[in-house]
Amino acid sequence: MAKRKLKRVDLIFSQDCSCKDILTAALKKSREEIIQELIDSGLKGRGGAGFPTGLKWKMAAAEKGNRKYVICNADEGEPGTFKDREILDRVALKVLGGMALCAYVIDAREGYIYLRYEYRFLIPKLEKMIETFHKWMDEFDLDFRVKLFIGGGAYVCGEETSLIESMEGKRGEPRNKPPYPTNQGYLGKPTVVNNVETLVYTMMIMRIGAEEFKAMGIEGSSGSKLFSVSGDTHKAGIYEIEMGMTLEDFVKEFGDGDTKAVQVGGASGFCVPRKRFKETTIGFQGGLKGFSLPTGGSMMIFNSSRSMYNVLHNYLEFFEEESCGQCTPCRVGCQQLLKGIEAIKRGEKSHRYLNDLMRLSETMKLTAKCGLGQSVANSFASIVENFREEMIY
Amino acid sequence: MTVKMINLTIDGKKIGVPEGTTLLEAAKLEKVKIPTLCYHDDLCIAGNCRVCVVEVEGWRVLPAACATPAMEGMVVYTNSPLVRRARRDILALLVSEHSTQCTTCYRSTNCELQELAAEYNIDNEIYINLIKDKHFTIDRTSWAIEKDETKCIRCQRCVRTCAELQKVNALDVIHKGANMKIATFFDTVMSEVVCTNCGQCINRCPTGALTERRYIDEIWDALGDPEKHVIVQTAPAVRVALGEVLGFEPGVRVTGKMATALKHLGFDSVLDTDFAADLTIMEEGHELLDRLKRKLVDKEDVSLPLMTSCSPGWIKFIEHMYPDHLGHLSTCKSPQQMFGAIAKTYYAERKGLDPKNIVNVSVMPCSAKKYEANRIEMNDSGFQDVDLVCTTRELGHMIRQSGVDFKEIPEAKFDPFMGDSTGAAVIFGATGGVMEAALRTAYEVVTGREVPFDGLNITPVRGMDGIREAKVKLENVLPEWSFLEGVELRVAIAHGLTNATQIMDDVAIGNSPYHFIEIMACPGGCIGGGGQPIPTNAEIRRKRAEAIYTEDEKMVIRKSHQNPEVIQLYKEFLGKPLGEKSHHLLHTKYVRRERV
Amino acid sequence: MRTRQSAVKAAVEKHGKERKNLLPILQEVKRSKNYLSRSDISDVAAEMNLSSAYVYGVASFYHFLDLEERGQNIIWICKTISCYMKGSKDILLALEEALKIKVGETTSDGKFTLLQTNCIGWCHKGPAMLINDQPFTDLTTEKVLNIIEEYYQKS
Repeated sequence: MAKRKLKRVDLIFSQDCSCKDILTAALKKSREEIIQELIDSGLKGRGGAGFPTGLKWKMAAAEKGNRKYVICNADEGEPGTFKDREILDRVALKVLGGMALCAYVIDAREGYIYLRYEYRFLIPKLEKMIETFHKWMDEFDLDFRVKLFIGGGAYVCGEETSLIESMEGKRGEPRNKPPYPTNQGYLGKPTVVNNVETLVYTMMIMRIGAEEFKAMGIEGSSGSKLFSVSGDTHKAGIYEIEMGMTLEDFVKEFGDGDTKAVQVGGASGFCVPRKRFKETTIGFQGGLKGFSLPTGGSMMIFNSSRSMYNVLHNYLEFFEEESCGQCTPCRVGCQQLLKGIEAIKRGEKSHRYLNDLMRLSETMKLTAKCGLGQSVANSFASIVENFREEMIY
Repeated sequence: MTVKMINLTIDGKKIGVPEGTTLLEAAKLEKVKIPTLCYHDDLCIAGNCRVCVVEVEGWRVLPAACATPAMEGMVVYTNSPLVRRARRDILALLVSEHSTQCTTCYRSTNCELQELAAEYNIDNEIYINLIKDKHFTIDRTSWAIEKDETKCIRCQRCVRTCAELQKVNALDVIHKGANMKIATFFDTVMSEVVCTNCGQCINRCPTGALTERRYIDEIWDALGDPEKHVIVQTAPAVRVALGEVLGFEPGVRVTGKMATALKHLGFDSVLDTDFAADLTIMEEGHELLDRLKRKLVDKEDVSLPLMTSCSPGWIKFIEHMYPDHLGHLSTCKSPQQMFGAIAKTYYAERKGLDPKNIVNVSVMPCSAKKYEANRIEMNDSGFQDVDLVCTTRELGHMIRQSGVDFKEIPEAKFDPFMGDSTGAAVIFGATGGVMEAALRTAYEVVTGREVPFDGLNITPVRGMDGIREAKVKLENVLPEWSFLEGVELRVAIAHGLTNATQIMDDVAIGNSPYHFIEIMACPGGCIGGGGQPIPTNAEIRRKRAEAIYTEDEKMVIRKSHQNPEVIQLYKEFLGKPLGEKSHHLLHTKYVRRERV
Repeated sequence: MRTRQSAVKAAVEKHGKERKNLLPILQEVKRSKNYLSRSDISDVAAEMNLSSAYVYGVASFYHFLDLEERGQNIIWICKTISCYMKGSKDILLALEEALKIKVGETTSDGKFTLLQTNCIGWCHKGPAMLINDQPFTDLTTEKVLNIIEEYYQKS
């Protein structure tokens, strides 16, 4: 199993480069060259789903038509994730630069930053940055303008089709796919929706080159990534780390010496118990056994004083509330999982009922309409499987 | 243009389907039925119930067959162990959020959830009953529609119906997560919102969440009361659909059996709304000619085009949505209400009955008729003109309750005296029918000749296109109508309120090229009404419409102005069309309403 | 006809009548008095030629489009596990006591409404809360009372 030593990286927040210079150099390249470079770099979406960024741009670039959109997904809502806020606060121009790159590649004139409501305090700063950015666009003679769109407070809008629905003045409910946004997105036009961090990395790849980016990380998970570290740690905060570290290394660095479990990827991610730290590598492939998905990079650390029942209960309350409610498995499933563990705890249902709920979570994973409903099973199954006693007694 | 073919394998069989075919459609072509709940032939794809999931080789998840297009090389299993398990789970989840008191549910044995739950042998005890902790209500405020949240499965068919087919949007999805539900504006009661009572949501509700408000018990009570003289009138569209709830295939005409059954139920007089439909044509036809005369000769500022007013769903729609344009509506009451007003005056007089002892029952393909009968304007006889309205479905229930063997009973005729009708009246039941009936009469009044269409069949106004139009040139007119000489009468027909909106938007800006417009709230006209048997789809509606036109062909008299009882009514009672008595009993006015 | 609120008219005029502008319009209308009333919703619907039920359905989907009357300042305390682990419950209790209201309620002088919300993105500095748009982090029961006092003086 490929793995890397925990190595801190300083790309995203580094101030030793000018965005303008990166853009100047990049815009001299052809669209095809940029796409190829991104594909070569192996960059995958940093928002959660991990879709290859170069491929996404390529698909949108291949679409005909004169109206296309670039949307920066800043609807960061995954519990335990706060890196996008920090990026927008500190290096917004890098994000805008990534949007300009994308606009150039796919031939879009309009872009939006979909900012979650909770980050409204960033608006004045972002508006100023956008103003500067627009001046650059004029200098580059690139016909591209960016606007802010403020979300209304709905976790599911982080899912790209929900986000688009919401921008169209609708309830933020996920669409049936296909068609995908690169084909029919905002207002029915080809649209690229990229996470804040992903956009910054496209700029960084332009700066350091695909080769160097790919030299970091492991097979299938190249480069580095921002991790939001919280919970029982003395070093809570945001860290840029090379992909491929083991959880053991991570805990050694960030744990408080009594770490019982780490929730990787927030409420929709996986809970890894102490006995699995060694074998768990942070990368894109796999699930519970071995590799695990970083999603937005949320790393919540729990020490032995914590009740994993409380943790799971908190997550399920979150999902029960934040499910859009349209599809049966997610709407009713989340309620059943929550009510189910409560009933077991109270002794109204036998502990064997956990098996029924495990099966239900598996069904949700297979049949829910979008990633939200499908991922409820991740935390549910991984917590129940590893902390079964805590659920019952 | 050649359509690209997609090759895939379904349940081990290799097939080719045109590009764009969904897995659900592809399976259907192979005679494999994939269960569905949120899917409906008449509506756009939602893909939210997830009951139609299938397994596709190499896919991480089970996609919904209704929302997934066939793709090249796909290997699909519609009935694998994984699929069956997932479907069972999903159905069990739906059941856990659903009132399972099926024994007392009006839709029992006609419920899609019940059918699937039985098919998959769902264990009601697996999951925790979620209903207990929710504050669900049953809304019985509307005269026409009952909304029972405890039976709603959130498939959103009603929401799509209300938005796509009717453009009313009285119902929508509110809140999210566990609290997500279907509701009106701020969860206001149904009687206080923009709902037109058309009942199309009822026709598409897979469960008993939306039903018509029933009046079966009240009707039985009246029938059992010796003091009461209970009259029943049945609308034209009922006779071509009632069979569906009593064991017949769609499109079978059961007019004679229905008359027999109604007599068996104990009605004192079994009469026909068709009689009043002919009467409507007399009044409305003359109203059209009168407006044309006032416009063309007297140069008065009258509202044209004239628009029909037989469909109470349409009436409430225009009152809410276009309150500034009510002048376009014909002032004629609908046939149901004309019938009611005449029954409690003329009929009572001739039969020597005290109108206060008359109970007017009507059997309608419609839920909005229940509301119409209770409008405060509808008391011109001095009493509530029509007392109790039941749907085709309710009559089916009553006939079953009565023990009559509907399949075996002989045929009978309607009772005389307001039981006579013409082919023109029968076709009121299908979209375009009122227009055709009106043209048959108006043309003849003006020219003295029959309409110039083969066998009186004005085919351009027939069919199922959402909006249709026709022109009839008036030539060699009778001297008194000389101002119409050479006028090309332009007419249009729309059914379904979304189509009505298209027409109405032109009318509203004074840009409508027509003289006369027929609008029916429901797709297909009354044959597709909100009180008709469930299920409904284009094919079923087409069969019912065909039956309507067959019924017309078989009638001896096919023009309203030749209905002998109508002629007699004018002679003995009303005087002439648009006369003073007509004006009092047969015409009405409309109300401006808010759009909330 | 009721005279439409000028706030609604102005918002619709500013953003445009197309449906895609519904969220910005609702947000703007909400800002004038911290919540959306029945008539706000129906006025927006009428101005934009949408159905009232539709606009209500959209508004009710979003957490921050409040549909109930709110105070001048809305306090949103994060209820996610990371803040919970750092003692958000104590902050909540302190606020309930100081403001003499329960979660979901508004003070009798109309100055504060106390609510909970999901992760607001300050997990490394929990417990955290928003007052209107402004985040406050690393809260202690003492700190939070000072913050409230400041807002109290301001309003």
